[in-house]
Amino acid sequence: MTYETQPAAGHEMIRLVDVHKEFDGETVLDRINLSIAKNEFVTLLGPSGCGKTTTLRIIGGFETPTAGDVLFDGQRINDIPAYQRKVNTVFQRYALFPHLNVYDNIAFGLRIAKKDAKDIREKVTSALELVELRGFEKRSVSSLSGGQQQRVAIARAVVNEPKVLLLDEPLAALDLKLRKEMQLELKNMQKQLGITFVFVTHDQEEALTMSDTVVVMKEGVIHQIGSPISIYNEPRNIFVADFIGESVILPGTYLEHCLVTFAGQKFVCVDTDFAPGESVDVVIRPEDVDITEEPSEGALRLKVTSVVFKGVHYEMLADGEDGQEWMIHSTTMAPEGQIIGVSIKPDNIHLMKKSASLEGAAVQ
Amino acid sequence: MKPALKKAYLWLVFTFLYAPILVLVVFSFNASKSRASWEGLSLRWYIELFQDKAIMTALANTVIIAVVSAVAAAIVGTVAAVGIHNLKGWKKSFIMNVTYLPVLNPDIVIGISMMLLFIVVSFPRGLASLIIAHITFGLPYVVISVLPKLAQLDPQIFDAALDLGATPREAYMQVILPQIMPGVFTGFLLAFTMSVDDFVVSFFVTGNGVANLAISIYSMARRGINPKINAVLTLLFAAVAAMMYLIQKRMGKGVAKGAAEELR
Repeated sequence: MTYETQPAAGHEMIRLVDVHKEFDGETVLDRINLSIAKNEFVTLLGPSGCGKTTTLRIIGGFETPTAGDVLFDGQRINDIPAYQRKVNTVFQRYALFPHLNVYDNIAFGLRIAKKDAKDIREKVTSALELVELRGFEKRSVSSLSGGQQQRVAIARAVVNEPKVLLLDEPLAALDLKLRKEMQLELKNMQKQLGITFVFVTHDQEEALTMSDTVVVMKEGVIHQIGSPISIYNEPRNIFVADFIGESVILPGTYLEHCLVTFAGQKFVCVDTDFAPGESVDVVIRPEDVDITEEPSEGALRLKVTSVVFKGVHYEMLADGEDGQEWMIHSTTMAPEGQIIGVSIKPDNIHLMKKSASLEGAAVQ
Repeated sequence: MKPALKKAYLWLVFTFLYAPILVLVVFSFNASKSRASWEGLSLRWYIELFQDKAIMTALANTVIIAVVSAVAAAIVGTVAAVGIHNLKGWKKSFIMNVTYLPVLNPDIVIGISMMLLFIVVSFPRGLASLIIAHITFGLPYVVISVLPKLAQLDPQIFDAALDLGATPREAYMQVILPQIMPGVFTGFLLAFTMSVDDFVVSFFVTGNGVANLAISIYSMARRGINPKINAVLTLLFAAVAAMMYLIQKRMGKGVAKGAAEELR
C-alpha cells in the first residue's frame, strides 16, 4: 500500500483513499492513495495529462471522484462543496477578479465570510506585507505584472488562513529568474505560515527544490512517493529515473551479494535485495560516471561522440563497445573521438526491479 | 473607377437613405399645414404635438413598454445566456438557434402568432400583452450581447470565487455579473430600441384601445397626414439615432478593449 510506504509524518491533514476519476469513461486517476501531513510541502509532479491537476481539483472540491474517498482532518469530505472546504487555491493563471482592485481581490473571501471591517483591514494589510505588495491596495489588477498578479493570487488565498493551500502550477507563466525567486519565497512563506502546501508542477527541478515530499505521477498512477533526495537517488522504476534528472538506464543481471553485471562487465554495488540471476535495470546518473586518467584504468572504455559546454560541467555523449550510449557530466573535458576509460563507484550504481511495463512497476 | 465617380456614387447612396428623413425633419418645422410649400420656420407642430393627449398617452405607453420589457429581457436574457454558456455540444447549438430564430422571424409572423396565443389562453390584450410580446422579441438581442462576454471570461474565476467561500449564487452575482455587465447593458439598449421601433407586433397584440406611438401614428396617418406626425417622427428618429450612437460607442469600446487584452 502506498500509504504504508510513507513515513507517519505527524498529524495527517489530507488522505486520498482509492480515489478513482473518469471523464467520459476515460480513466484519469487510477485508484490513487496518498497521505499528506500537516505543515508538509507536497509536490505532485508529472508530465501533462498525468492526473496531477485533477488530484488537486478533487482536494479543492472542483471535481468529484468517481470512486474512493477524500479525507480532510479525518473527516470524509466527498460531498462537501468547494465553498465549504477549508482549503484555498492559487490558480494557474491567477484567476484574479478583473473588476476589483488589489485590496478588494484579497478581501473577497473575508467579506464573503462576513468578517468585520476592522478585522478585514488588518488581515488584508498583513497579507499584502507577506507578499511584499504594500502600497498596491488601490491598483487595478490588470495594471500589474505577471509576478505581481501572482503575489496577489497568493495573498488572496492565504488571507483566509486555510489549513491547506493548493497551488496549480503557479509559477508556470513566470520567466526563469522570477520563477527561481518565487520558489524560495513560497518555501519560506510555507514555513512562516505553518500550513500544508500541495503544489502541482511538471518541472522536476522545481519539485526537488521546494518539496518535503514529491509524488511522481504518470497516466493517473502514482509511481513513487518520497523525499526529493530519495526520489533522485533511488528511483523506483525507469519512468521515475528518466523523468527526474538525466540518467543512463542499462539492462543488467544481479549475480550475487553486491555484484551485478552490465555493459559486459562485473561491478560491485550496494544493493542486496535481489535474487542471484535476477534481471535488473541499472540507473547511473551522468555526474556519477568518473573519467579515469588512463583509458586502461577504467572499468569500461567509451568513445566520445559529442561534447557540449554547460557552464559548471561538460556534457558528453559517449558510445560503449556494445553500442550503448552514455551521458557523462564531468569537469574534465575529453574531445570528440577520444577513447576514455570510466569507472563507477559502488554506491552510485542504482538497481531497480526489471519492469515489463511501467504500469506494473507503479506503486500498488 | 475615377475617384470623383466613387464619391458621386457614395453621395447617391446617402441621398437615397437620408433624403426622405431630411424632408421629414424639414417639414416638421414648416409653418404651413401644406406638404408641398415651405412657409417659414415654426415650432407650431411641436407645440400642438405636446398638447395632443392621444399622442402623449401613446408616448407614455411607448416609454413604459420599452423600459419594462427591456429590463425584463435583460434579466431573463442574461440568465438564459449563462445557462446556454454552460451547455455543451448539440444542446448548446440547438438552444442557441432556437433563441436566435425570433431575430430572423418576420414581425408579422411573431405578431399574429402572439395574438393567436393571447386569444387561445384568453389573456386580456392591452399594456400587459404588449409588454410580454416586447420581452419576447427583445430577449434574443440580450442573449446575443451577453454570450460573447461570457466566452471571454476566464473560466477559472468562477472556481476562484467558490474557492474563496462564495456560494454559486454569490459567485454569479459578485464575480460573473460585474464582468458581463457591459454585454447586459448593450442587450438592454438593443431591446429598448427594438421596442420603441416596433409597430407590426404591437399592432396585432394590443387591444382595449391601448396604443404605442407607432400605432397611434399609423391611425393618425390613415386620417390624412398631419404635420404633427412629421414632428413626432422627427423626435422618434432623433431618439433612435441617439440610442444607436450609444450602442455603437459601447460596442466599439468593447472591441477595442478586447483587442488590447489580446495584444498583452
